[in-house]
Amino acid sequence: MRAAFYIPLAAFLGLAAALGIGLTMNMRLLPSALIGRSVPTFNLPPVPGVRPALSSANLKAGKVVLVNIFASWCVSCREEHPILMALAKSHVVPIYGIAYKDTPKATATYLANNGDPYQRIGEDETGRVGINWGVYGVPETYVVTKTGKIAYKVVGPISAAILTQKVLPLVRKLEAEP
Amino acid sequence: MSSRSGLAAILTLVFATALALGVAAPRAFAFYADHQLANPQQEARAERIMQGLRCPVCQDESIAESNADLAGDMRELVRKMVAAGDSDAQIRAYIVARYGQWILLKPRFELSTYALWLAPVGFLVVALVGIGFYFRRLRAAAAEIASKPLTADEKRRLDRWQAQNPENT
Repeated sequence: MRAAFYIPLAAFLGLAAALGIGLTMNMRLLPSALIGRSVPTFNLPPVPGVRPALSSANLKAGKVVLVNIFASWCVSCREEHPILMALAKSHVVPIYGIAYKDTPKATATYLANNGDPYQRIGEDETGRVGINWGVYGVPETYVVTKTGKIAYKVVGPISAAILTQKVLPLVRKLEAEP
Repeated sequence: MSSRSGLAAILTLVFATALALGVAAPRAFAFYADHQLANPQQEARAERIMQGLRCPVCQDESIAESNADLAGDMRELVRKMVAAGDSDAQIRAYIVARYGQWILLKPRFELSTYALWLAPVGFLVVALVGIGFYFRRLRAAAAEIASKPLTADEKRRLDRWQAQNPENT
């Protein structure tokens, strides 16, 4: 038929396809606004007797690190915990923890019961530092470059697949950079 | 009777386990999550900002409406920033820097959102132009038909119709 028929039809189908893709997109997978930027400035107290404290200065010490935001009250953190433990044992990359909206006591108990994969832990009792990291749910895991820039973010529990396919290759690549 | 007390025992066990595991909601720290600022002007300003920020957890609610824990923390943050004298723009910029444009329920008018804001106007223009073309073609067709004399067959049909409908002639 004629263009007068096909042009509006094509326009409609194009719009429907674009909106359809938009509707089926997973909103939770939005990239962090902080990717490519420096980690937020913070200085968190430690969990006494467990691990040294964590501040933004520790993330700019010339090492690629993972920052894992977790909480003792968070159920899906328990799901990823064995993976973090295995990663810590492999000594591939240090894991720093931010205990989000938790108490030092609860964090200490949680780590005593489940094992402690973290080299440093900052206790974010109010959740204010969490907001500075742009968290929208725990757990979240960030890959931080040698110069303290956020390179990647995993929302939700980290799986073995995400770890081996995305996180570890990126860590190796960043380690190779000056 | 025994099955009911059995159920009660199971429920008690479930709750006790949940408490022991610390599955219960985290402690509420944020005073200003659910308390208004003393200064009504500041509170109104905070309220207006909170209405415009999307809750990252329940994504179709503003942080002013949401019961999510994180929304409460963000309300506290906004109220404290208002009380500290930050401007509306400064507060929005602070949160956008951390969560992205997406956190604003009403997106800004800028390069990446031109299509979003201008698409409705674009659709209206396309529709009006389309309607204009349609009527122009209709008028052209009518003019073309009117310019031609009737054929013998058309003349006969018209005469017959007029004979049958004398009141319309």
